[in-house]
Amino acid sequence: MDQAVRELSYAQAIQEAMAIAMETDERVFLMGEDIGVYGGAFQVTGDLVERFGADRVIDTPISELGGAGVAVGAAVTGLRPIFEFQFSDFATLAMEQIVNQAAKMRYMLGGAVSVPVVMRFPAGSGTGAAAQHSQSLEAWLGHVPGLKVIQPATPYDAKGMLLAAVADPDPVMIFEHKLLYKTKGPVPEGYYTVPIGKAAIRREGRDLTIVATSIMVHKALEAAKTLEAEGIDVEVVDLRTIRPMDKETVIESVKKTSRLLCVYEGVKTLGVGAEVSAMIAESEAFDFLDAPIVRLGGAETPIPYNPDLEKATVPQVPDILAAARSLAMGGR
Amino acid sequence: MTVAQAKPKDLPVGANLPFIYREYSAERLKQALHKMYLIRQFEEGAEESYMRGLIHGTMHLSIGQEASAMGICMPLTNDDQITSTHRGHGHCIAKGAEVSRMFAEFFGKTTGYCGGLGGSMHIADVSTGNLGANGIVGGGIPIAVGAALTAKRLKSDRVVISFFGDGANNEGAFHEALNMASLWKLPVIFVCENNGYGMSTSMARSTAVPNVADRAAAYSMPGVIVDGNVLSDVAEASHEAVRRARAGEGPTLIESKTYRYRGHSKSDRNRYRTKEEIEDWMTNRDPIVRYENELMEFGIIDKAGVEAIREAVAKEIADGIEFAKASPSPEIRDLERYVYTETV
Ligand SMILES: Cc1ncc(C[n+]2csc(CCOP(=O)(O)OP(=O)(O)O)c2C)c(N)n1
Ligand SMILES: [Mg+2]
Repeated sequence: MDQAVRELSYAQAIQEAMAIAMETDERVFLMGEDIGVYGGAFQVTGDLVERFGADRVIDTPISELGGAGVAVGAAVTGLRPIFEFQFSDFATLAMEQIVNQAAKMRYMLGGAVSVPVVMRFPAGSGTGAAAQHSQSLEAWLGHVPGLKVIQPATPYDAKGMLLAAVADPDPVMIFEHKLLYKTKGPVPEGYYTVPIGKAAIRREGRDLTIVATSIMVHKALEAAKTLEAEGIDVEVVDLRTIRPMDKETVIESVKKTSRLLCVYEGVKTLGVGAEVSAMIAESEAFDFLDAPIVRLGGAETPIPYNPDLEKATVPQVPDILAAARSLAMGGR
Repeated sequence: MTVAQAKPKDLPVGANLPFIYREYSAERLKQALHKMYLIRQFEEGAEESYMRGLIHGTMHLSIGQEASAMGICMPLTNDDQITSTHRGHGHCIAKGAEVSRMFAEFFGKTTGYCGGLGGSMHIADVSTGNLGANGIVGGGIPIAVGAALTAKRLKSDRVVISFFGDGANNEGAFHEALNMASLWKLPVIFVCENNGYGMSTSMARSTAVPNVADRAAAYSMPGVIVDGNVLSDVAEASHEAVRRARAGEGPTLIESKTYRYRGHSKSDRNRYRTKEEIEDWMTNRDPIVRYENELMEFGIIDKAGVEAIREAVAKEIADGIEFAKASPSPEIRDLERYVYTETV
């Protein structure tokens, strides 16, 4: 089957996935704040309300806790809701329904139900929106058994992983970095899925593995280009899913390069990098390490408003370059 | 305790005069016009600076809602407190903040009210009783109830105002907060500035009751509806609510019906309302024009007086922007300052 491939933005790719899901499955519908005529705070739902009507593209009141709960209830009883949070920060208002209900309902009822809900979270800093609109809370949800948590980094994955999420019988939380929405990449027409739980090697290399998530994948690839000119051959692993994590791909990569740098935007402490590091420390890859593992994560602060400070709170390309150079040089 | 003066001698007498003309001196009435202009021109100045790339991020302008912020704050003292919203520039100015330090905050400078860490969405001036704007819809409502609990426990004469929008009345925090405030008879006043929309979603499409004030019945407190574009009506409702609160009679919910002229934020295509609707409010119900005409009609101010106010405000705005531009930016080495309280 050959599907034509076009350049789409990350936001367009998500929109296309939602349209395909709704076209092919009557049970699928969208809920969220201002996703109808407004088109969503980041224009991801766009004109979908015109195509599918207000019954399937539902504007909710500003009620995150109730809205998320309604989505959970609909999912348990046979529908396939895709719930959009206006900003991932507002997940904090809906934690009860996400963590106590969606994640545990199947388990608590001994497998009598499943909860096929998809929740989308525009995340991350870089827009000057300050401390309550810029967080990266994916590790919070990654800590909860029963949830699957993904962070697609490319338009191709954004579409394929969303379609996989809709098909998944369990709750899938999608963290979409706001700065990725306008980035473009090749996206095939029609239906395809990208598996949840599988990392992707974005660049092969021998000297050093960078495990990155979301927008940091792009920053790592940019750094890798510069490092190549300096004779440092970097392998970039795009983690894509933080729960369940693809141990095998990361372990194999580290066994090959013997050096690991984790780069992620969430706060460094108790974050994704802690889990990746521990995973390596606990595995056979530990014996292959030639240098201590290095983590680059968000600063231990809320995200500040001032633009220079804001940039300084999350890893940037020069930070990755510096960390990679010293890591490549260090060790045995 | 009240800051208002007894019926002033320099005003026309008559029982039919609107509330504020019976309550305030000509001087205070003129000050109110000055502040309403200050709010309007501050936001126009902020908008222009944003267009010119001097301010980043986003901002929510309250242009068209000035009478609401001003009227509510008229009976307040410096000791009284407010919690505000993402659309909070007007509240901040009405409560007494300096526009220069507000501009500095928007420019991300150390001289800003939040040292450049908060920006428009977190503008605050704790020294004049503003506990802060909020990035979370409804986030400030329980905080105001907490501040009122403090006021009651410490037996201060303070009242607390919680500003929020129509959209916020559908958050759980709103309902939980109103219940506790009423249960404990706290000196707090809930002020819903109903501008018809929460982002793109109209009241009719989001709220099961026609008026936010109707919610008051469920929490056993008075629910009052006022024309939010008529300064005197807003101030009168605020006075009565403040009196109740100070007398220990508990909270009031005031719904101030108004309208925002600008888009929700900087990314709004205005697809959910008509041009005619916007123009109707702008040309027929502008709160500043209305108040100014009233003042002239009652002989409290003349054209020259209004012109003098406008000029003074324009200068204050220009000076404020200059102050902001000239101020220093925070240092990256101070990034982690204020995450926790410094111990000496
Ligand atoms: C908890 C939460 N949900 C959603 C948002 C996004 N948001 C910001 S303002 C707004 C609309 C608020 O409407 P309203 O309360 O009527 O205030 P207005 O903007 O009209 O002044 C929305 C949805 C938010 N900031 N916080
Ligand atoms: Mg509103």
